Amino acid sequence: MKYSYYPGCTLKNKAKDLDAYARASARALGFELEEIETWQCCGGVYPLGTDEIATKLSSVRALNDAREKGQDLVTVCSACHHVIKRVNDDMKHVEDIQTRANNYLQLDEPYTGETRVLHYLEVLRDVVGFDELKKKVVNPLKGKKIGAYYGCLLLRPSSIMGFDNPENPKILEDFIRAIGAEPVLYPYRNECCGGYISLKEKEMAKNLCHDIVESAEGFGAEMLITACPLCMYNLKKSTDEKLPVVYFTELLAEALGVKDEAEELMKHAVDATWGDTGCEACAKGVENA
Amino acid sequence: MSTVNKQAEQIKEISGVNPLKCMKCGKCSASCPSYNEMDIKPHQFVSYVVNEDIESLVQSKSLWKCLSCFACVERCPRDVKPGKLIDAARQIVVRQRDQDYLSPNEIPELLDPDVPQQLLVSAFRRYRR
Amino acid sequence: MQRIGVFVCHCGSNIAATVDVKKVAEMALMEPGVVHAEDYQYMCSEAGQAKIQAAIQEKNLTGIVVCSCSPRMHETTFRNAAQRAGLNPYMVEIANIREHCSWIHKDMEEATKKAVILMRAAIAKVNLNTPLKPGESRVTKRALVIGGGIAGIQTALDIADAGYKVDIVEKTPSIGGRMSQLDKTFPTLDCSACILTPKMVEANAHENITIYTYSEVEKVSGFVGDFVVDIRKKARSVNMDKCTGCGVCQEKCPSKKTPSEFNRGLNTRSAIYTPFAQAIPNVPVIDRENCIKFKTGKCGVCAKVCQAGAIEYDQQDEIITEKYGAIVVATGFDMIKLDNYDEYAYSQSKDIVTSLELERIMNAAGPTKGHLERLSDGKAPKEMVFIQCVGSRCADNRGKSYCSKICCMYTAKHAMLIRDKYPDVNVTVFYIDVRTPGKNFDEFYRRAVEDYGVNYIKGQVGKVIPQPGGKLLVRGVDLIDNKQILKEADMVVLAAAIEPNPDVRKIATMLTASIDTNNFLTEAHAKLRPVESPTAGIFLSGVCQGPKDIPETVSQAGAAAVKAIGLLAKDKLMTNPCTAHSDELLCNGCSQCANVCPYGAISYEDRLVNDHGIRETRRIAVVNNALCQGCGACTVTCPSGAMDLQGFSNRQILAEVDAICQ
Repeated sequence: MKYSYYPGCTLKNKAKDLDAYARASARALGFELEEIETWQCCGGVYPLGTDEIATKLSSVRALNDAREKGQDLVTVCSACHHVIKRVNDDMKHVEDIQTRANNYLQLDEPYTGETRVLHYLEVLRDVVGFDELKKKVVNPLKGKKIGAYYGCLLLRPSSIMGFDNPENPKILEDFIRAIGAEPVLYPYRNECCGGYISLKEKEMAKNLCHDIVESAEGFGAEMLITACPLCMYNLKKSTDEKLPVVYFTELLAEALGVKDEAEELMKHAVDATWGDTGCEACAKGVENA
Repeated sequence: MSTVNKQAEQIKEISGVNPLKCMKCGKCSASCPSYNEMDIKPHQFVSYVVNEDIESLVQSKSLWKCLSCFACVERCPRDVKPGKLIDAARQIVVRQRDQDYLSPNEIPELLDPDVPQQLLVSAFRRYRR
Repeated sequence: MQRIGVFVCHCGSNIAATVDVKKVAEMALMEPGVVHAEDYQYMCSEAGQAKIQAAIQEKNLTGIVVCSCSPRMHETTFRNAAQRAGLNPYMVEIANIREHCSWIHKDMEEATKKAVILMRAAIAKVNLNTPLKPGESRVTKRALVIGGGIAGIQTALDIADAGYKVDIVEKTPSIGGRMSQLDKTFPTLDCSACILTPKMVEANAHENITIYTYSEVEKVSGFVGDFVVDIRKKARSVNMDKCTGCGVCQEKCPSKKTPSEFNRGLNTRSAIYTPFAQAIPNVPVIDRENCIKFKTGKCGVCAKVCQAGAIEYDQQDEIITEKYGAIVVATGFDMIKLDNYDEYAYSQSKDIVTSLELERIMNAAGPTKGHLERLSDGKAPKEMVFIQCVGSRCADNRGKSYCSKICCMYTAKHAMLIRDKYPDVNVTVFYIDVRTPGKNFDEFYRRAVEDYGVNYIKGQVGKVIPQPGGKLLVRGVDLIDNKQILKEADMVVLAAAIEPNPDVRKIATMLTASIDTNNFLTEAHAKLRPVESPTAGIFLSGVCQGPKDIPETVSQAGAAAVKAIGLLAKDKLMTNPCTAHSDELLCNGCSQCANVCPYGAISYEDRLVNDHGIRETRRIAVVNNALCQGCGACTVTCPSGAMDLQGFSNRQILAEVDAICQ
């Protein structure tokens, strides 16, 4: 199975590991993530205003690209998933946005929400299947007590995201069980970490994350997993790294025995914006080209 | 139509919300993680729009405290979803000239080595035109 | 050629404010056959009807068109008036220029134009009307009550006391319904069982009442006065005549792990069981899905211990077919499932219960023998929080749009009972509005606040957060103080919305009784015929029609009984002459009409016909006029145009269409 893959800006930079583990695991599970060549930043937040068009266009371009290839579009980052899924819903159901976006983009064929948008976890659940995943695990993470942290963007609004029960989700818990670990249920797993507020108001995010971490620890979690780089950042800042917070893809890669492969992959990745250079070999490759 | 009235209409239009559907149950405010940081509380946004007191709304610091976590959107039993009203009021502010809540000059001191790109992108979208 | 009179009603300002009634009357005179037209303020009034009657006599009218409200409102009024003046009532037609016109339009010119068109259609139809004569049908002097809760019991008792036979069909093993699950009742706090069980006993002993428990209505045919109903009496596996109700079988039954329906799943029951101690009949049933004997063939303990030899494993379901003149629906309600409200963590903690579960917890015969305790650890709670409107008054698709009506009062009741019995327990109620219309109701609620110190907070709860130690953190809002509240509680009680019993859809379909989007049965008129279904002979009792408390239910039950008695008291009923018939020369016997007929009124016979000299035997559709309700489904289905409906003939309908398209 081949999917159009939308990595997003953070997975190309600060969250390269989230990306690399996802790709390596996909290979191990027998599906391929084909990166959309011309993807542009989704904007990070879904523009709620009914009159916002321009801010939705990058998502539409990616969605159209996937449609042209006849593929479902897969995301890993919660924010990208949220934005693209909601824009797709607009393109499907909101006539005004549909018309104006298409007028602007002048695609060969107007785009009207045909592409199916899947989060990587949905692929695991609905395509691979957690039972099947369990069979492919080579390093079951036995004895690990893991709290799933969902945050907001994957779950809400449930009428559009259709991801899981927004008040009592279980997809990450099922995932944790599939890789051989023990999920820890705690009620703050769908409470907000503060999101972008942490740029200007660090205390606020810290307080919110404190409640989340305290609740998770109270119920016995020894580690948190998340799918969102911003949640990861906020949680880590708040916990002072006492309670480990990792990406779900890292544990997946570990369980599937492809963690080293993924880390190798990361070394070769080129950092696109922050100015770091990639590995020497790659740099040379670029020069030679 | 007066300016005030026009702005109220604008908020309703941008948000797509009919504030008259509100039954004043307060579930939004009971769900809001930023409640204590807000001067105008989520449930009050509805009555400010109904009463066309937009001046107070656009000056409210609540605009910048909403996390867009969609808890109120998810739980509102009346399909009012105050988060959308707050966002529309914020739009009205940032769409005006020189009303940005975040300037690029501020960025360097807000950065730390771990800041994910997503954070900057999101903050720019929220706080600026 | 007909001589038609047209009468245009103002309906005060209801029509006249939007429709130029004088103009409509003027225009009428230009239509073919119209010899008289006038307008009047209230056509339905005594004086209005007199005008119609005078015109019939003075101008020898043969047909009447009244431009007024919906025919459902006053068709009978005007037909009766015409009949009194010597005209066949079926020569009267109504043009609905109120509901279909003045009420939905604002522009007078447009509305007047439409009114004229509607009138023209009615005139075109009357030109083709022929006098019709209703037939007669008999009335079976027996009533069926579906549902054996307080509504059904009260209706049955009232009908039986009037001297008519009544059968109660109850799905569960005992009558008693929701009321039997309640501990105390508002606003007087008397014990629910103490006032209900005497009625249950009375119904059981009444010579005119037959009770079928563990039974369901399976099929309904026939019509008002003459319904034929199949009742499935499910195999009880216990002989009702032999059983003495000693209870030994239940005690000895080794399968005891089935959640008790009566106690809302808070504890378990045996596979052979009576739902509760005062059950009527006091004869257990074997729940075959959970009985070891039925599952594995090995057990038979109940048969061994039964001194009376009443256990009959080989019992079969039995179908009883009975005729009824009237049917009363009293199917009641249940609480909604809380799957859509996981923010209140109902599925995540045993200490978060619904109000009906609390009734069982408070009840001496309940799972905790009446001790207020947490179901998780058996500890006595110190802080209790009640959350109102859980799933009621919701405009989204998660809950119900309506107010469940009973929750404010029962929550005040619970709060007071707890404060009375356990003064050291603090009780907080989160509410949106406190709705207490009713005699002594608001006083009751105020007592909870003023005399019992119940803490009422105006504002909803956003989330209930189970804590590691087993406590519950309630995050709500106080809209008066404008504060978000975090309150630690030991137990949380959710006033879940009520909804009609889900079976009611199936039953309504069998009865062809209409039902609304919330599955409440629709009444014939919201204000003036609140206990009758629009389907003749079907009456409504209790919550199946809309949320109501016990006093209201009992009142409505009595009203439904009176309506049923009024019907049963008649010896004969007039039947609707507007029935279908098939033209034997056109019918090709294709069966399409029989397939669409919802009343099973069409059958076929081989008949010798003379088709322009050719004599042959053909398969012809035949309509049973007693069963036909005149819905017209057959006439539009018939491919050869053989089916026609008296009073709504194909010619008449097309004449109306022509008049509209003119």
